Amino acid sequence: MTPFKHWLDRTGMGSVLLLALLLIVVFPLCLDLFRLNLVGKYLCYAFVALGLVMLWGYGGVLSLGQGVFFGLGGYGMAMFLKLEASDPVTTKIQSTPGIPDFMDWNQLTALPMWWEPFRSFPLTLLLVLVVPTLIAFVIGFAMFKRRVGGVYFAIITQAIALILTVLIIGQQGYTGGVNGMTDLKTLLGWDTRTNSAKYILYFVSVGLLLGSIVLCTWIQKSKLGTLLLAMRDKEDRVRFSGYDVSMFRVFAFCLAALLSAVGGAMFTLQVGFMSPSLVGIVPSIEMVIFAAVGGRMSLVGAVYGALLVNFGKTYFSESFPDLWLFLMAAMFIGVVLGFPEGLAGLYTNKVKPWWQRRMAARKATPPAVVPKRAEPVATTEPGALPPGISSQQT
Amino acid sequence: MTFSDMMNIGLMQGFAGLSLFSVLLLMGLGLAIIFGQMGVINMAHGEFMTIGAYTIFAISHLTESFAPHLMGAYFPFAIAVAFVVAFFVGWGVEWAFIRHLYKRPLDTLLATWGLSLGMQQIFRSTFGPKEVSPTLPDWLMGSWSPAEGLDIPLNGLFVMALSVFVTCGVLIALYKSRWGLRVRATVANRTMANATGINTKRTDRLTFAIGCGIAGVAGAAFTTIGSTGPTSGGLYIVDAFLVVTFGGAASLLGTVVSAFGIAQTQSVTEFFMSGSNAKVLTLSAIVVILMLRPQGLFASKVRR
Amino acid sequence: MSRDHVPTPKFQQRRRLLQGAAALSMSGVAGLALAQQFPTAKVNTTKLAVTDTEVVVGQLHSATGTMAISETGSIQAEQLAIDQINAMGGVLGRKIRVIKEDGASDWPTFAEKSKKLLVNDRVAAVFGCWTSASRKAVLPIFEKENGMLYYPTFYEGLEQSKNVIYTGQEATQQILWGLDWASKEKKAKTYFLVGSDYIWPRTSMKIGRKHIENVLKTKVVGEEYYPLGHTNFNSLINKIKVAKPDVIFAAVVGGSNVAFYKQLKAAGVTADKQFLLTISVTEDEVLGIGGENMAGFYSSMKYFQSLDNPNNKKFVEAFRAKYGKDAVIGDVTQAGYLGPWLWKAAVEKAGSFDVDKIAAASAGIELKTAPEGYVKVHENHHLWSKTRIGQAQKDGQFKVVAESPELIQPDPFPKGYQ
Repeated sequence: MTPFKHWLDRTGMGSVLLLALLLIVVFPLCLDLFRLNLVGKYLCYAFVALGLVMLWGYGGVLSLGQGVFFGLGGYGMAMFLKLEASDPVTTKIQSTPGIPDFMDWNQLTALPMWWEPFRSFPLTLLLVLVVPTLIAFVIGFAMFKRRVGGVYFAIITQAIALILTVLIIGQQGYTGGVNGMTDLKTLLGWDTRTNSAKYILYFVSVGLLLGSIVLCTWIQKSKLGTLLLAMRDKEDRVRFSGYDVSMFRVFAFCLAALLSAVGGAMFTLQVGFMSPSLVGIVPSIEMVIFAAVGGRMSLVGAVYGALLVNFGKTYFSESFPDLWLFLMAAMFIGVVLGFPEGLAGLYTNKVKPWWQRRMAARKATPPAVVPKRAEPVATTEPGALPPGISSQQT
Repeated sequence: MTFSDMMNIGLMQGFAGLSLFSVLLLMGLGLAIIFGQMGVINMAHGEFMTIGAYTIFAISHLTESFAPHLMGAYFPFAIAVAFVVAFFVGWGVEWAFIRHLYKRPLDTLLATWGLSLGMQQIFRSTFGPKEVSPTLPDWLMGSWSPAEGLDIPLNGLFVMALSVFVTCGVLIALYKSRWGLRVRATVANRTMANATGINTKRTDRLTFAIGCGIAGVAGAAFTTIGSTGPTSGGLYIVDAFLVVTFGGAASLLGTVVSAFGIAQTQSVTEFFMSGSNAKVLTLSAIVVILMLRPQGLFASKVRR
Repeated sequence: MSRDHVPTPKFQQRRRLLQGAAALSMSGVAGLALAQQFPTAKVNTTKLAVTDTEVVVGQLHSATGTMAISETGSIQAEQLAIDQINAMGGVLGRKIRVIKEDGASDWPTFAEKSKKLLVNDRVAAVFGCWTSASRKAVLPIFEKENGMLYYPTFYEGLEQSKNVIYTGQEATQQILWGLDWASKEKKAKTYFLVGSDYIWPRTSMKIGRKHIENVLKTKVVGEEYYPLGHTNFNSLINKIKVAKPDVIFAAVVGGSNVAFYKQLKAAGVTADKQFLLTISVTEDEVLGIGGENMAGFYSSMKYFQSLDNPNNKKFVEAFRAKYGKDAVIGDVTQAGYLGPWLWKAAVEKAGSFDVDKIAAASAGIELKTAPEGYVKVHENHHLWSKTRIGQAQKDGQFKVVAESPELIQPDPFPKGYQ
């Protein structure tokens, strides 16, 4: 094999390059702007799925509340955009010009203090990245230090998603309530609703996504990634070896939160509004299914999973709205029962060996055995666990 | 506001708390059995409650059409039927996929979530997307007034009585019956239970089905309070889980205590502040306490 | 074919001529002729989906999800109106074809589907939305892509757009006259306000409170909001019992309605002991609540199924013929029915399908065949309409006990109430 192919195989970059090709070249050429915008939206969900691959696939911790961080990032960006769209000139028909319209309807007469930082873009970016990570740190620290994991953790994250949803809807004077923040027009004077803006935002999302994948792959290949996997499978041994398991888990949780927040912010920019219906329990669980369908161990798979499930949702809910829920149900159940490693698993377990066998047969060289090397643990293939050992904590 | 008025309000408010307590208890009991004893997260628990509710609706509809003179008596019978229907559906579900997933609790979560979506769609296709309500018998309507100004809703009393009955039934079954013995043995040490000849697979199936049956009864009870629609299950699921987790998953006593605590907190705070704030406060308190004591109030003393 | 439904067209003479001339499908021939009067190039200068024989419109409601319960009626009514229009020859000689999209009770989905309808399908008009959240989510898209939305729900006002025709009442129309009537009827001095916790009830109660305190010079003794989907109202009912208001003014929405009224009844709070006026219960909700739980309470709407006028009798008959004899028709359903008719009238008045022209032509259009009696489009794109008070009956219908003597002017930005 050429050095390049060798490098591709070793770092797992082959699939990433393929994905990059698809997103950067194929989609923009084949799809019209409307569909491309949709793909951009789905890619925002892919950020969350990436985080879940790191947290759940590698860390073994299932969070059913990633919508919280998605929402925090999204709302942060929305607040900035809303303030920008609510300058005194545009809002002069309100009782109090210069504040967002929903505050006016709720008889607020001045901008609450905690909205002020969102007037500045650098500060907004900082808050969008820092606040969700910080909250993840607090929650993670409290939970993991006490060795809360598995199921309990999942339920608590659900409760947190519920709390945030009820809070946002209840405090509608400050957050826009159940309507969310709508009518977001410009980013620093640049109109985000024009066609060219949509293209630019799409490519920015793609860039950020690919960057995140590279970052996560780097983490996976490093010692940190190996440790995460080890913690997932045999927590006690890692602990006995002297590592602080809880801090690693906290790290994974914060990473997932950061990625989700970035996804949320890009979502707000591309779609033009933010709503509590993206924060709650149902969307959080759907984000898990994106990762599950794509393969919870595979970063690239997570992106494909997000794209596939969302495409399915759009097309099926258009044509067969009644059938769609059944399909979703079947997907959940099928992914869990039938192919737990998702599409990526299907690819690595079935498609790739078959392809390799064909290539080898074609070469007609003696024992066309593709050397079954001991795959380093941190590749896109799920480590084959001996039967009887569950890949999850009970 | 005279003193007796305040007493009355206090009593009625206390009753409201008790009423909420019995609602949460019914919801949590079925889940506690399934989750606590078997470690299975059943995200479709809310949908089993909805099965019970729709069963009541169907029977009420049938009684109205074919045997209107039985309207007064159909309700208890319908509750029993709700139990049976939910029981059998639970049996079928356990056989179909839960039994493959015992070692993978997180996967059960996802699979049962998918199941809940499918069940919601079945409800929608069968009963329509509109919310429905059974016609309740007259003896359930209205209130009981032991004193002037003191009105205790009859359906609240009924739900309370039902939960007491069901809880006692479950406790007796668990601690006095052969089934209960088998369940406790399986929970304590599955391998040994198998070795002593207990068919753990059947025990699991029976337990799951009974848990679902109780959910059906809970759903039946809720028809006296609110209406039923395909998505009604989702309203209760998080509360039910919190009740169970807060109480300590392996302990039924924990479920009772936690349901009581959560209900009273919610009720009292609701009286003094707005509904949304009360809910946020209660939920946050639960989450904080869970963070400090993740095993819940009554932790299992058994090493799992 | 009922000719009575047709609002007086300008080209009645020509139509009569054709009627006499052709023996076969009158509608087809008339249609073709009209289409020739209005060549596509002239009536469609903005590349909408209009051909010589067909015009495409969109319908965007929730067929699934929690709002499906409420939006089904609107979907049915709009379809009935479109079918009736098509049976009469369509609009400007073109038959209407509907593209139905499902918002799935999810506002982001509403936004996405509305984009699809306007950008991809280039529909000439959209009949849709129900909750304020869905409308707010799609409004920026309609304004940017210059679409036309016919919105049927009674809502909180504080909005006005060239791209929306609001066929439901806005808050001041529903509330002010209703409160005046309640205070006179009951000689009320104290009010208790209850609502679900989101923008519509909150804004409605804000307006209501200002009216109660400043105009009626009476007192508000309690104001409570509960999250959507909340079902435990025992504490609230106890609070109400403590406060002993003359009138409960309720804006509880959705599933909570059922729990609220059932629990009220269970707590002994019935119509003979407590006066209750609501702005959020129509015949559709009573179907879920149960007539016996609502009996005696009052609702303030512009339309009730039991309205006694010839337009309504025909409408109810046609609706029942199509959707079953047990079908109930609420205020929003009727407002949905008005949408396609108002659109047709605007198109005919403007002589074009272009949204700008329709928007300009809409003001002043009257519909004398509306089931609620008569409506007129105001410049602010809302409707002049009467408000009625209905008393809920055990069978699920409402008995109209009072009606505003005049048409009430829509005022989405009421001075003094903000």
